[in-house]
Amino acid sequence: MMDLSNIFNSISFVIPEIALSITIVLTVLFDLIFDKDKKIIPYIVLVGLLVTGYFVFAQMDFANFGFTVGDEKYGMFTLDGFSNYFKIIILVTTIIIIFFSSHSNEIIKTFDRSGEYYALLLGMALGMMFMVSASDLILIYLSVELLSLSSYVLTGFTKLSERNAEASLKYLIYGSVSSGLMLFGISIVYGLTGTTNLYELNTLLQAGSINLTTLGFSLILIFVGIGYKISAAPFHFWTPDVYEGAPISITAYLSVASKAAGFALLIRFIKTSFVSYTDASGNWHLLGIFDWQTLLIIIAILTMTLGNFSALSQSNLKRMLAYSSIAHAGYLLLGLAVLSDQGLLAVLIYFFIYMIMNLGAFFIVNLIANKINSEDIHDYDGIGYTSPLLGVSLAIFLVSLTGLPPTAGFIAKLYLFIALVDANMITVAVIALLNTVVSLYYYVRVLKHMYLNKANESTQAVIPTLQPRIIVLALVIPVLLFGIYFTPIVSFAQNCLNILTK
Amino acid sequence: MIEVGLNHYLAVSSILFALGIYGVITRKNAVMVLMGVELILNAANINFVAFSRYSNFGINGQVYALFVIILAAAEAAIALAIVLNIYKTYANVNVDEINKLKE
Repeated sequence: MMDLSNIFNSISFVIPEIALSITIVLTVLFDLIFDKDKKIIPYIVLVGLLVTGYFVFAQMDFANFGFTVGDEKYGMFTLDGFSNYFKIIILVTTIIIIFFSSHSNEIIKTFDRSGEYYALLLGMALGMMFMVSASDLILIYLSVELLSLSSYVLTGFTKLSERNAEASLKYLIYGSVSSGLMLFGISIVYGLTGTTNLYELNTLLQAGSINLTTLGFSLILIFVGIGYKISAAPFHFWTPDVYEGAPISITAYLSVASKAAGFALLIRFIKTSFVSYTDASGNWHLLGIFDWQTLLIIIAILTMTLGNFSALSQSNLKRMLAYSSIAHAGYLLLGLAVLSDQGLLAVLIYFFIYMIMNLGAFFIVNLIANKINSEDIHDYDGIGYTSPLLGVSLAIFLVSLTGLPPTAGFIAKLYLFIALVDANMITVAVIALLNTVVSLYYYVRVLKHMYLNKANESTQAVIPTLQPRIIVLALVIPVLLFGIYFTPIVSFAQNCLNILTK
Repeated sequence: MIEVGLNHYLAVSSILFALGIYGVITRKNAVMVLMGVELILNAANINFVAFSRYSNFGINGQVYALFVIILAAAEAAIALAIVLNIYKTYANVNVDEINKLKE
C-alpha cells in the first residue's frame, strides 16, 4: 500500500485551485439546469473568483513543496510568495475581464452561450494558476495545455466574423506545434536525467556528467513552448493575428494574464533548475551548463525591437496594441535577464502596472468599437472632443504604456532601468531606452488622431453608461495614483520576491 | 537477429518527430497540419516509454505517456471543431488561403 499521507497533506496548498474548479463545475451545471437565467452566471463566477482570491490571500505567507512522493523532499507543486503574487494578478485580471465581457458587444451577441464562455474563461484561469506554481515539467506541460485548449476555443468563440475563425485556427496551429516541441524537449530532459522535477533537475545538473549538446537542444525546445506563451520573438508570429481576430475581452485577457503566467513559468524554470546559488546581494549565479543570460538578452532585444518597429505602421488599434504587448514582453525579458532579485522585483512591479494600463487601453478600445464597430485609427478622428472621458482616459493609458511621468508606466520602466544599470548592462539599457522612444511615436499617433484631427461627419460621440464609466475610472485612477505614490506596489512586490529553491 | 534497444526506439521517435515537423511546414490542408502535430506528440511519447523501459527511472515515463495520449485526444477534438468552423466560414481548409488578417 502506497503512503498517501503526503498527498492528503498537500491538498491544503491547492485550496484556491479547488475553489476555482468548483466554480467551473457550478457554472456548467447552472448553465444546463437554469436555462432561462443566464444573466446570473457572471455573478456566480464573480463570487467564485472572490472566494478563490480569499484563499490565495489566506496562504500568502506559506512556503511549501506540495505533492511529494514517498520520502522525496520536493514535489510537483510549489507554493511561495512568488506564485501567490502571480495568482493575485491572474485573479484580478479575470475579475476585470468578467466586467469587461458584460460590456463587450461581441460577447453580448452570443448571450445564449455565455455559460460556456465563462466556464472556458475559468478554465484558462485554472491552467494559469497551476502554471505559476508548477515545479515539475509534466505539470508545466499539462497546465500549459489546459490554458491553451481553453484559449483556442475562446479565440474563435463568437463565430461572428471570418477574422474570428481565422484567429482561432492560427492560434491552434502555432500553439499545438510549439507545445508539441516543448513536450519533445521534456521527453529528452527526462531521458538525460531521469527526472522531470525542477529541483531534482538542479541537483543532477550540479553533479554534472550530462551531455550538454543534447541538453541545450532540449532546453531550446522547452523555451519554444514558453516563448510562444509570452510571445517572445521569434515565436511571436501568431500574436498580431490572434489579438486582432479574437473578441476584445479575450485579447485583453491573453495579453495580460496568459503572458503573466508564461513569465512566471519561465522565471521559476530558470531560478529553480539553473541557478546554483543566490548571493547576499541577490544576484543569481547560473550553473555553467547553459548561458540563459545571453539567450534572454538576445531574445529580449529582438522582441522589443520587432514589436516596436512593426507597431509603427499599424492602423488597427487592436493590432497596434498586440505589437505593443510584444514590445512589453521584451522589456520584461530584460528584467529577467538581469538574473537578480532586483531584476525580479522590477518584473513584478512592471507586471502589476502593465496589467492595469493594458486592460484599461483594451477596455476603451472595446467601448469605442461597441459604438462605431471599428478599431481603425482613422475612425478615431476628433473622438477626444466628442467623448471626453474616453479620450482622456485612453490618452492616459497610452502615455503610461509609453512610460512617461507622471503615470505608473514611468515607475515600471524606472525600476527596470535601475536594475539594468545596477547590473552594468548599460548597452542593453540604452537599446531599451531607444526602443521606448520609438514606441512614443505610435502611441502618440493615436492621440494626434483623437485630438489634433478634426472630427468629421462620421465621428460619433461615445457616451458610456454608468457601469463602464466606473470601470474606466477604476483603472485610470490607479494609473495616475501609482505614478506618484508607488510605495504600496513596491512593498507588496518586495514581500513576494521569495521563490522557493532547494 | 539484432537485439532491439533504446537506440532503435530513439531513432524511430526522431524520424517521427522530423516527419511531424515536415508535415506541419509543407502541408496546406489544416487537417494534415494537425496530423503532423500528432506525430510530434507521439514521438515524445515513444521517447518517454523507451527511456522509462530501458533505464532505471521507474515507470514515471509510461505514466506521462498516458497523460499525453489523453491530452492529444482533447487537442484533436478541439482542433477538429475549429477546423469545422473554418470550413463553415471559408468553405475550404487550406491554411494558405486563410490569411485575411495579414496586411
